[in-house]
Amino acid sequence: MATMKVAEKAAVKVEARHRALGLSDAQALEMYWYILLSRRLDERMWILHRQHQVAFHISGIGHEAAQVGAAFALKRGYDFVHPYYRDMALSLAIGMTPRDLMLAMYGRQGEPSSGARQMPAHYGARALKIVSGSSPVATQIPQASGIAFGIRYKGTDEVVLTCFGEGSTSEGDFHEGLNWAGIYKLPVIFFCQNNMYAISVPTDKEMPVKNVADRAVAYGIPGVIVDGNDALEVYRVMKDAAARARRGEGATLVEAKTYRPVPHSSDDDDRTYRSREEVEAWKKKDPVLLMRQYLASVGLLDDATAQEYEARAKEAVDDAHQFANNAPFPPAEFALENVWGESRK
Amino acid sequence: MATLTNIEAVTRTLAEEMRRDPNIFITGEDVGVRGGVFRATKGLIEEFGDQRVVDSPLAELSIVAIGMGAALYGLHPVCEIQFADFIAPAFNQIVNEVAKMRYRSNGAWTVPLVIRAPYGGGIGGGLYHSQSIEATYAHVPGLYVVAPATPYDIVGMLRYAFRVQDPVLFLEHKKTYRLIKGEVPNDYYTVPFGKAEIKRAGTDLTVIAYGLMLHLALEAAQRVAADGISAQVLDPRTLNPLDKETILESVKKTSKALIVHEDNLTLGLGAEIAAIIAGEAFEYLDAPVMRLGAPDVPAVPFSQPMQDFFMPNADKIEKAIRKLAAY
Amino acid sequence: MATHVVMPQLGESVVEGTVGKWYKKVGEQVALYEPIMEVVTDKVTTEIPASAAGTLLQILVPEGTTVKAGTVLAVIGAAGEPLPPATPASAAGEGRRAAPAAAAAAPNHPTTQPPNAPTAPSAQRLTPVVARMIADHKIADAELATIHGTGDGGRISKKDIEAFVARRTSPPSPLLPGEGRKIEELPPWEQPGTGELFRPTEEIFGKPQATPPSPSSTGEGRGGGDEIVPLSPMRKAIAEHMVRSKTIAPHVSSVHEAEMSRVIAYQKAHAGEFAQQGVKLTYTAFFVQAAVAALKAWPIVNASYTEQGIAMKRDLNIGIAVAMEDGLIVPVIKHADDKSLLGIARAVNDLATRAREKRLTPDEVQGGTFTITNYGIFGSLFGTPVINQPQSAILGVGTIQKRAVVLNDAIAIRPMIYLSITIDHRLLDGAIGDQFMQKLKRFLEEYPAE
Repeated sequence: MATMKVAEKAAVKVEARHRALGLSDAQALEMYWYILLSRRLDERMWILHRQHQVAFHISGIGHEAAQVGAAFALKRGYDFVHPYYRDMALSLAIGMTPRDLMLAMYGRQGEPSSGARQMPAHYGARALKIVSGSSPVATQIPQASGIAFGIRYKGTDEVVLTCFGEGSTSEGDFHEGLNWAGIYKLPVIFFCQNNMYAISVPTDKEMPVKNVADRAVAYGIPGVIVDGNDALEVYRVMKDAAARARRGEGATLVEAKTYRPVPHSSDDDDRTYRSREEVEAWKKKDPVLLMRQYLASVGLLDDATAQEYEARAKEAVDDAHQFANNAPFPPAEFALENVWGESRK
Repeated sequence: MATLTNIEAVTRTLAEEMRRDPNIFITGEDVGVRGGVFRATKGLIEEFGDQRVVDSPLAELSIVAIGMGAALYGLHPVCEIQFADFIAPAFNQIVNEVAKMRYRSNGAWTVPLVIRAPYGGGIGGGLYHSQSIEATYAHVPGLYVVAPATPYDIVGMLRYAFRVQDPVLFLEHKKTYRLIKGEVPNDYYTVPFGKAEIKRAGTDLTVIAYGLMLHLALEAAQRVAADGISAQVLDPRTLNPLDKETILESVKKTSKALIVHEDNLTLGLGAEIAAIIAGEAFEYLDAPVMRLGAPDVPAVPFSQPMQDFFMPNADKIEKAIRKLAAY
Repeated sequence: MATHVVMPQLGESVVEGTVGKWYKKVGEQVALYEPIMEVVTDKVTTEIPASAAGTLLQILVPEGTTVKAGTVLAVIGAAGEPLPPATPASAAGEGRRAAPAAAAAAPNHPTTQPPNAPTAPSAQRLTPVVARMIADHKIADAELATIHGTGDGGRISKKDIEAFVARRTSPPSPLLPGEGRKIEELPPWEQPGTGELFRPTEEIFGKPQATPPSPSSTGEGRGGGDEIVPLSPMRKAIAEHMVRSKTIAPHVSSVHEAEMSRVIAYQKAHAGEFAQQGVKLTYTAFFVQAAVAALKAWPIVNASYTEQGIAMKRDLNIGIAVAMEDGLIVPVIKHADDKSLLGIARAVNDLATRAREKRLTPDEVQGGTFTITNYGIFGSLFGTPVINQPQSAILGVGTIQKRAVVLNDAIAIRPMIYLSITIDHRLLDGAIGDQFMQKLKRFLEEYPAE
């Protein structure tokens, strides 16, 4: 069988890192699936925006490996996730669907995160323990510590993962959230996806230290740096961080070094603040490419299978696109609902 | 029936609710062994331990944010802001996060949270230990803002605060903490939010006041009664949402309204209440709606004559009542 | 009591004014409302009327000087009166506790502290609740004028309306609390006593009806709560004319009666024919015809009294009083003696219509030599109208009624009318007036059948 031959051949060349990390072949392929699905869905959203079909898009392209690696390190649906706006791949990997995300793009009825109140990319799903986020950055960080405070209060072994960009670490919320987590040894993973730019402002104008992880020492917690474009590496460090948290040893600050090869949002022009050469160089480390190469190298993904994955991804994206485009808008008066709880009535 | 001060009403109710509900915990600056700078949490750490009475870092933003996270997890936290003046660092967390969570998640996530904040002046606290903050927060839909003024109302409303699944900004006028005493029944009761109360019956005009001003308005009403002016005194108790029905019912009867608040005048609660009256009881008015508030200066000055000038008092309220009665 | 003359605020944005010219010198007499000075501002130049009658005691601001509104400019009082300190009342000091106590007296003793002179605009304004209660209780303007306002500046308050309504609807107080028994039927020793030696007279005799303030052209003595409807130019003109006529001409009136059978028969017979020509044949046309006939017979009635002599009018121009919504106007049928009944009727139609539409030209209301007023339209039997100066007489036409009349010692039912004539006794005597009326009466009673 052709597949076997490829696998045998690859095994000779490359050590199957995923197995060393305790991941099955199926899990490794599933990681690739989410990375790919997120990428193709994201790309379609850019297209819809350029076609003037949707109002806004903020992308997770380039961050997929970091997010999927982190998601796989959690007990999905058991641990809490307090994401930020780039966490498309993370949200998909935790359990949200392309249809969910497309409903948000179109602002249609049934959108699960906010009932189509929020802009797209404000992920939330109570059943999946994905906490709804806002747009002011870093607010989720001390809240994640608060959730972790609740976990500690109740004595369960749940873990909280909260994500943010390196730009958010300039906010006071970052400091206060990590401070609490350090003081009370809270079961929370602070996951910084450092893509080197806060919109247009490069890292050296955001902070005087080289790494976000360097700041961990101020809170008495470990600071870990990882290649954010390598899903398996991210998985490895996140797995450690989650285990630490479950053991009651407290929080970890994980900094994934990555890159955003696209503009900040549909309304940004990144040509104004960085060179094309820099962007092209990072594209060679593209998470989709790297994961496919890895899986091919270990014999899990030949060209035919890769095409099959592409076809499935396209099918899922087409379905979500059509589904959302055909979904009705929420009734206008729906704007008045869910301001106060039942107790008021 | 027990006679309690306002602060005793707070402490006793916190303890009682913590005994009832293990999900209630308290955090804030100095709430632990110190028992709070105003002693509102006195004795609680001894009874409930440091797991439930948690000294926070000196960081208002995260006092609220930690509370919010814990509330999302399923607890019912009490966040004490030491002085309402210091709540500003938590503004974003309160307004953008706590108050918007139910709405932004379409009801999936709620933030049952009680933020206690001693507020108000007249105690020599200067600019940053005297502020009235209610107008800023009463503007925010989804956030209950309450200002009970009597031990009875503090007990009833603090109990009620733990029975709603929405965030509550629980304002306690610090000057009334030990100044105001009142009887509290032994029987269990609550005072639901959004319900005003007529604290003194009257027929000639309605004085609407809350917090410390309620007590000063009652004093002024007592004084003018000797001259045959019958002032009804209405305590809204909940500032958001306002009990429009009771306010309108009262003003429709008396046809004259005076709103008193310690907060500075411009865009204070008085503006909203006056607009409600003008909008929905216009044909019942026999005088322009009057407001009495502090001058529009940034905050309460420290030096005694300036503080006295700033603060509405019984004399000023009495004068306003007489002016309105004579109109 | 000396009175201050104060610089007024001439417009909302005007805060000061310049004394232009003093019309009076210190020591001169001034009448109430007599212009005593001129004030110049960047917006207006105006005369300042005296705020009181008396002697101009002092001028405090000389000509050409600019002062703030509210500044005392002069003092008027009785000659020889000591001058008061020239400080405006508003600048009085205000004690911390004294002020509220003083203010407190006002609402409690409204009768001992009369409201301020009703110069404040608030005196004329009604609050929403008062306006609504006036509508709810159907309080007429005349009734409203009787309500004494006890609010600031004499404003009518909700309580004032409540008190008025209670007064209006409550039955008159019984003489004594007798539980419905007729006290006067009992012998005095059986009538119940209350044990009170002195009781308020209102309680014994009932509250005296509030007397409406007497209207006065100067506005003096007007109650603070009166609603002031501004005078229309027409109302002003009527008032002036009527007062002048009554002042200069001694009015004498007499009433005559005429039977209208023939006029009515003629009107019925010809109304349709007139209508075909677009003319409504009214009885007024017949009265004009009758007046023309009588005036021809008695030209002295078609005249005016002047100091130089009696002005006998060459033309015969008959004025017709037309009632309007807000007054009345008297358009004139020129050369009525030249017109047929059709012509007169057409003129009456046209003038009355255009009068009500306020489309008359000034020329059409001038030059009358005799006037007819048909108050019968509103049901009046007879009246004594005021002469339209400078004419010498006015004919009043009552309503036509069927009455029992004695004809040839038998009682018959006939359509009858009272006609009144009011004459200016300076040039006409009663005999002339009555003979004039007999002529007019005959004209109507003998009106030709065809």
